[in-house]
Amino acid sequence: MDLLNTSLRQLAAALRERRISSRELASAYLDRIDGLDSRLNAFITVDPERTLKQADLADERLSQGRGEALTGIPIAHKDIFCTQGWLTTCGSKMLSNFVAPYDAHVIEKFAAAGALILGKTNMDEFAMGSSNETSFYGPVKNPWDLRKVPGGSSGGSAAAVAARLAPAATATDTGGSIRQPAALCGVSGIKPTYGLVSRYGMIAYASSLDQGGVIAPGAEDLALVLNTMVGFDARDATSIGRPAEDYTALLGQPLRGLRIGLPREYFSTGVSADVSRAIEESLAEYKRLGAVLVEVTLPHSALSVPVYYVLAPAEASSNLARYDGVRYGWRAARYGDLTDMYERTRAEGFGPEVKRRILTGTYVLSRGYYDAYYLQAQRVRRLISNDFKEAFARCDVIMGPASPTVAFNLGEKTSDPVQMYLSDIFTISVNLAGLPGLSIPAGFGSGGLPVGLQLIGNHFNEGRLLQVAHQYQQATDWHRRVPSLDRTGETA
Amino acid sequence: MPEADAVALTETDLKRLASLARLRLESSELVVLKDQLGGVLDLVDQLQAVDTRGVEPLAHALDLELPLREDVVTEVNRREQFQSMSPQVESGLYLVPKVIE
Amino acid sequence: MNWEVVIGLETHAQLATHSKIFSGSSTAFGAAPNVQANAVDLALPGVLPVLNRAAVTCAIRFGLATGAHIAESSVFARKNYFYPDLPKGYQISQYEIPVVSGGVLTIRTESGEKTIRLTRAHLEEDAGKSLHEDFHGLSGIDLNRAGTPLLEIVSEPDMRSPAEAVAYARMLHRLVTWIGICDGNMQEGSFRCDANVSIRPQGQEAFGTRCEIKNLNSFRFLEKAMHYEIQRQIELVESGGVVIQETRLYDPERDETRPMRSKEDAQDYRYFPDPDLLPLHITADWVEQVRAQMPELPEAMQQRFVNDLGLSAYDAGVLTGSRATAQYFLQLLPLVEDDAKLCANWVTGELSAALHRDGVTEESSRISPQQLGGLLKRVKDGTISSKMAKELFEALWTDGGDADTLIESRGLRQISDAGALEDIVGALMAEHPAQVAEYRAGKEKVFGFFVGRAMKASGGRANPEQLNAVLKRKLAG
Repeated sequence: MDLLNTSLRQLAAALRERRISSRELASAYLDRIDGLDSRLNAFITVDPERTLKQADLADERLSQGRGEALTGIPIAHKDIFCTQGWLTTCGSKMLSNFVAPYDAHVIEKFAAAGALILGKTNMDEFAMGSSNETSFYGPVKNPWDLRKVPGGSSGGSAAAVAARLAPAATATDTGGSIRQPAALCGVSGIKPTYGLVSRYGMIAYASSLDQGGVIAPGAEDLALVLNTMVGFDARDATSIGRPAEDYTALLGQPLRGLRIGLPREYFSTGVSADVSRAIEESLAEYKRLGAVLVEVTLPHSALSVPVYYVLAPAEASSNLARYDGVRYGWRAARYGDLTDMYERTRAEGFGPEVKRRILTGTYVLSRGYYDAYYLQAQRVRRLISNDFKEAFARCDVIMGPASPTVAFNLGEKTSDPVQMYLSDIFTISVNLAGLPGLSIPAGFGSGGLPVGLQLIGNHFNEGRLLQVAHQYQQATDWHRRVPSLDRTGETA
Repeated sequence: MPEADAVALTETDLKRLASLARLRLESSELVVLKDQLGGVLDLVDQLQAVDTRGVEPLAHALDLELPLREDVVTEVNRREQFQSMSPQVESGLYLVPKVIE
Repeated sequence: MNWEVVIGLETHAQLATHSKIFSGSSTAFGAAPNVQANAVDLALPGVLPVLNRAAVTCAIRFGLATGAHIAESSVFARKNYFYPDLPKGYQISQYEIPVVSGGVLTIRTESGEKTIRLTRAHLEEDAGKSLHEDFHGLSGIDLNRAGTPLLEIVSEPDMRSPAEAVAYARMLHRLVTWIGICDGNMQEGSFRCDANVSIRPQGQEAFGTRCEIKNLNSFRFLEKAMHYEIQRQIELVESGGVVIQETRLYDPERDETRPMRSKEDAQDYRYFPDPDLLPLHITADWVEQVRAQMPELPEAMQQRFVNDLGLSAYDAGVLTGSRATAQYFLQLLPLVEDDAKLCANWVTGELSAALHRDGVTEESSRISPQQLGGLLKRVKDGTISSKMAKELFEALWTDGGDADTLIESRGLRQISDAGALEDIVGALMAEHPAQVAEYRAGKEKVFGFFVGRAMKASGGRANPEQLNAVLKRKLAG
C-alpha cells in the first residue's frame, strides 16, 4: 500500500475490509519513522511495542466488525497532550521526566475510537515559538529542505505529516501554531473554534487562546479526525457543548456563489512576492470553482501581534508558575534555600524563549502596568474581534496567506524575537477572535518551498471551511505533493 | 493610568521581574535579555496609541456561560502514583527546603 | 495622649462543602497527608478548574444573611505568588468584582449595640499546609487542604476596641454556622481571623498605619493579640517611632506579635482574571431559591424571643447563641405548654452545663428535647420539685429513659396529699414538744427546723408549698 498518497478514508476502508491489518499499517509507519526521523527530529517519543499492542487490540475490534472511522489508524500526538504512561514533555527540560498519569480528553476520545498512538511529536517548548527551534529536544527540520524550519510550534506534527511519517497528527494553535507549520510544510491544518476541543490534559500556554486541532495531508482527512476530536468535556470550563456534527457532511458540495472575503490588510505590504503569486493563483482557482471575491477590511489586524504578545505571555507567566520543582518535573540538582531552589529549578528547566515570555508576562501584569498593557490589550482584542464580525457580514469565508514568507532558514530569526513574532502576523488575530482557521497547501514559492493559503470562518463554521478546502483539493493536487526525502519508503 | 511607554527597561527592573517570576538570571544573560525584552516592549507599546475609550475588555472570544459542578466527591486517593514522580517525598509529604513564615 | 484604636477583620470561613471548590477531591478534615490532593489540587500539567455550585450557594446565603449585594456577574482572578503550599503558583480568588459586597453585622458589647459594615465577601481556594517538624532540616508539604473553598469576609475598619473585634468575630461565627455554610471549627482552621490594627490620636480623622496580624485561631488569641499589638504600637509611637505597614504573626506561647519574614518584600500579586474560568453569573432565580431555604436569622429570632415570648434580652441572646441551642429550645417549648421562662432556665442552666461538661453541642445532647420536655412537664404540674427534677436530669443524662418512668420507679412523686402531710407533721410535733412550745412562744425561727425535719421524713417528696401551709396551720395550734 502506498503510504505516501492514501487518504485516511481509504486507509480506514482498507482496515475495515481487512485488506491490511492495523499491525501492518502501524509497522509501516513505525518503519518510516525509524528510517527517516533521525533526519527530521519530528518525534520526541516513539514506543513501537506499545503502538503495536494497541494495533492488535484494534485488529481484534476490526475483525469483530466493530470498527469506527479511525479504528486501527495510527495518529501522532503533539507532545503537549498528556498521554497516560507516555513521556509527555511539552518540548521542555522541565517536563523531560514527566510520565503523564492521565490522558488528555483528546487522547481519551481517540482511544475510544480505536485509533493508535503512533508517537509524540516535537514542538516548541511549551508551544512558544514559530520555528520549532525552542524545543529542548532540538529543532525539527523541514522535510522540503532540511536547512529550513518547519514552522511552529507544532513543527513536529507538521513535518511528520509532510514526510508521511504519520497519516495525521494532533496539534495545538495559540497564535498560529497549527496553520503556520502546516503552511511551511505543505500540509493541511485546522484550528477549530475556541472551546470545541477540550483543553483538559492539553498543557496550557495561554488559556484563553489555546485550541487543539489537526494536521493531515488533506481537508477530508482533517474532517475525519475532527469528528473524533471535537466534543464537550465537563472538566474544561471553557468547553462548548453542541450537538455532534459530521464535519464530512458538506465536503462534496460545490462552491458556486461562495463569497470569499479578501482583507485588504492581508494583501498589502509584508508578503513576499512568491507567496503573493501562489495565493493569487489559488484565488483564481476558486473563481473557476464559482466563488466570488469581495474585498473586506480588518483595520485592527496589524495590532494583533502586540495584543497577542501582551495577553499570551501574561497568561503563560501564570500558567507556568506551577513548574517549581516541588511535586513533579525537573528540580535543580544543587540549591540553597527555598527561593534558590525555585530560581535554579526554573532557570535550568526553561529555555530562553520561555523565560522571555514569562518575564514579558510578569512585566505587563505587574503593579502600575496592568491597565496600560493587559486591559488595553483586551480592549483592542475586542476591536479585532469586531472587525471579523463586520467582515463576515459581507462574506462566507476569509482568505489570505497563512504566513508572509515560505519557510526560513534554521537559526535565521532566533536572535531577534520580534522578527520571529511577526511571522505569525496573519494567524494571530484568528485566535484572538476565537474563530476557526485552516491552512491548505497552495503551491510552491522560492526554493520549491510550500505556500499555505489560510481560510478563516465564522464561529462554528468548521464544516463549511473544510468543504471550501476540500473542493479546492479536488481541483488541485498540492496537498498530494510529498517531499523527496527518500525514494525507498513509498510502499509498505 | 500610568504612562507605560518611553521608559526603557533597566537592569534593576529586569532583576525584579526575574525575582517575581523566580528565574535565576546569570549576569551574562542580563544584557541580552534587557535588549530583547526592550524590543518586545517596543512592539507592544503600539497599543498605547489606540483609542479604546468606551471599549469593554474582551477576555474570551465567545460569550459562554461558566459551567458549575455538583458538589460530589469524584476523586480517589492516587497519592502513591502521583508521588512516584516527585523529586523528594517522605511520609506522604512533599519535601522542600525549610519554609519560613 | 489618648489613642483611638481602629480594627478591621478579614475572616476566612471554610465552606461546608463535600468537595473542593475547583475539583472533585474530598474536603474532609484529618486525612493522611496528600491522599486528598488530586491532579487539579496538585496542579499537574494540563488540568483545569471547574467551579463547585455549592460553594456559590454558600456565598449567596451569606450575602442574603447580611443584607449585602450579590453580584449578577463576578470574576475569578489569579493571585500570583510562589509558595510551596500553593501548587499552581497562583491562588484562584476574586479581586475586582467579588460575589458579595456590602452588608452589615450588628454586635453587642458592654457599651451597647453597634453596626459593623462589611466591605465584601469573596470566594477563593485555600492553600495547603507546610509542616515545620524537622525532616532533616526540610519542610513537608501536605496539600489536602489545597483547594478547599473559602469565603473571605472583609469588614470595614469599624471596630474601636479588642472587645468589639471579638464581639464581631463571635457574631460572624454564629452567623456562618447558623446559616450552615461553615462548621466553625476553629481548632481545625475552619474559621480563621486576620486583624488589621492601627491607632490614631483621639479625634483625628485620618487612619494610622496598620499592621495585619495573622494566626488568630481562637477568640481568646484574637483578644490577646489585639491588646498586645495596640500596646506595642502606642509604645512605639510614644517613644518617637513610627508604625510600618507589615504583616505580623501572633505567637500565643510568647503572647506577642512579630513580623513575618516571608512577607518582608512588598508583594506584587499580579492579579488578572483567570482565563480558565468565565465570569460567574448568578441569576435572580438562583438567589430566590436560596432565599426560600434560608432559616430564620439569629437577630430576628432573638428579637422574637424578647417580644413574643417575654424572655430577657440576656436569655434570648444565649438561646440564639447557636442554631443548635435555638433549635433545641424551639423543640422543647411546645412540650412544656410554651412556658418559655421555664424552658429558657433549663436550656441555659442544667442543659448548657451538662453539654459543656461533656464538650458537645445540643445536636449530640444525651437528653433529647422530648426527654427534657417530659421532665419539665412534671415540674410544671407539681408532680416533682425543681430540686428533684435536677436529680432526675442527671439520671436521665447518665442512664437515659423517660422522666415519668423514673419518677414512678424511684417513688419520687411529690406528696401533695394534705392528709399524708398532716400525719407527718403530727408525728413530728409529738416527738418535739419543746420546739412546739418555743414556736408558740414566738420564736418563729423554729419553723425552719420543722420544715427540714418534715422534708427528711417525707424522703424529700413533700410538696414544699403544701407542707408550709400544713405546718403553719398545725403549729399555730
